[in-house]
Amino acid sequence: MTNLGGSSHIASVLSMADILAVLYGEVLRYKSDNPNWIDRDRFILSKGHAGAGVYAALAESGFFPIEKLKTHYQDGSDLSGHVSHKGVPGVEFSTGSLGHGLPVAAGMALAAKINNKNNRAFVLLGDGECDEGSNWEAVLFAAHNKLDNLVAVIDRNMLQSIYSTEDTLALEPFADKWRAFGWNVIEIDGHDHEKIFDACKLESKVNNKPLCVIASTVKGKNVSFMEGNILWHYRSPQDSEYEAAIKELEGK
Amino acid sequence: MRDAFINALTELAEKDKDIVLLTGDLGFGVFEEFENRFPDQYFNVGVAEQNMIGLATGLSLEGKKVIAYSIGNFASLRCLEQIRNDASYHDTNITIVASGGGFSYGSLGMSHHTTEDIAILRAIPNMTVVAPCTKNDAMEATKELINRKGVGYLRLDKTAAEETSADPFIIGKSRIFRDGTDLTLIATGGILEEAILAANELKTFDLDIKIIGIHTVKPIDSKEILRSVSDTGGLVVIEEHNKDGGLGSAIAEVCVDNGVLPKKFLRIGLDNTFSSIVGSQHYLREQYKIDHKAIVTSVKKLFNI
Repeated sequence: MTNLGGSSHIASVLSMADILAVLYGEVLRYKSDNPNWIDRDRFILSKGHAGAGVYAALAESGFFPIEKLKTHYQDGSDLSGHVSHKGVPGVEFSTGSLGHGLPVAAGMALAAKINNKNNRAFVLLGDGECDEGSNWEAVLFAAHNKLDNLVAVIDRNMLQSIYSTEDTLALEPFADKWRAFGWNVIEIDGHDHEKIFDACKLESKVNNKPLCVIASTVKGKNVSFMEGNILWHYRSPQDSEYEAAIKELEGK
Repeated sequence: MRDAFINALTELAEKDKDIVLLTGDLGFGVFEEFENRFPDQYFNVGVAEQNMIGLATGLSLEGKKVIAYSIGNFASLRCLEQIRNDASYHDTNITIVASGGGFSYGSLGMSHHTTEDIAILRAIPNMTVVAPCTKNDAMEATKELINRKGVGYLRLDKTAAEETSADPFIIGKSRIFRDGTDLTLIATGGILEEAILAANELKTFDLDIKIIGIHTVKPIDSKEILRSVSDTGGLVVIEEHNKDGGLGSAIAEVCVDNGVLPKKFLRIGLDNTFSSIVGSQHYLREQYKIDHKAIVTSVKKLFNI
């Protein structure tokens, strides 16, 4: 998909691919033949630049034909680089500008509380986007309003646009910050499917607090020449690079 | 106008449990009754406007009719991208209520002068931009916007013109406050009161002035604007707002787009400036030459009187 479209952000997709696989494979409640099913769990990708990952997960989960993925990034396609809901069944919310997902997910979680529903709202954030102050407004709100049906999973790949998160605007001690804001925090290996499942499926309703899952990941995971290399935030694998990447991924 | 808004909202919330009021920690002395009567429909979200619009979006996507309240610029500019990307792109039903249009909070300084909001918000697709001219407008607008699809922006003014129009309130339709043949004064918001005063004074110069109150800047009432051009030949637009992109610009767009050019045309508004001095709303109108005296002077000039 990203090879055909010549799209950016492949490394951002690979760092969260395991998380999406577990969420769409095991955790989220949804009906692919009825995307608006009222009791579904809500999922928002806040790091919208990795939208290709959501499109792939939705296609694999039966929301639309896999063939459609080939239009990604192409003239006239509704599969935009940053995830968009219009014309794409299963996409709950469109993002692309960072720091928008968590407040909206908090609103969805609040609505579920008001309506006495027991569905949950999940939001997947990048670590770099935690620079955005709007996230911390929502972090305060969710704790204050005891939104224990809200789960924020953070793709902690340690890299942002130019440098590491710690060299850009240090986030550490990251887990302590979320705890201090009144959230339950679980730190896991974001490529360990069992750990992801346990963390996300875990009844988060402990102490009436929202749940933050900090998932340690590797940007460009499973493609040796992409791993930890910021270049692949931008570059699209072509020709021999593409073949080498596919070979490595298929070997896993 | 604020009382008209909260009274209308309270009346609606009684019958409609889907209504949720969010406030960005403003409305002291205004929302107490609402909060006491409808505790599950009221959330003070703190001084956090970006989150407020995000929350409003999430709530609306789950079927709530959301009102998000704060002071002018905080409810509009501070969270502009959330209004665009979240609320508007997702076809939500949210009514943003901005208290204190124009110089309503004149003494509080430029941070509280709301003088570019109309231009900025009317540039966003899927928005309805309303600046009531009278208290009745504010009440009716509240009722209509809450049940209208898309994002509403309700700009509440401290001043209000007297209710002298017989026309009903309909979103997107202007209201005629006086008929006339020589010129049309068009205003949005409470500053319509200055246009009415000016028209009274202009009578002494034998000018028969038509007055239109345009509470809805988007979608704009093209039909009435074009009719006024052909009936009176000239338009003078008055707004407590920067001239760039405001009501005057919107009306000029209508005229040019339709090839109906008024013989006389003037925009009265702020001349691309911030106010670093403070004062009451009426004082600042006078200072920036958008009050009734300035309107009279400008109109006389148009007629070489």
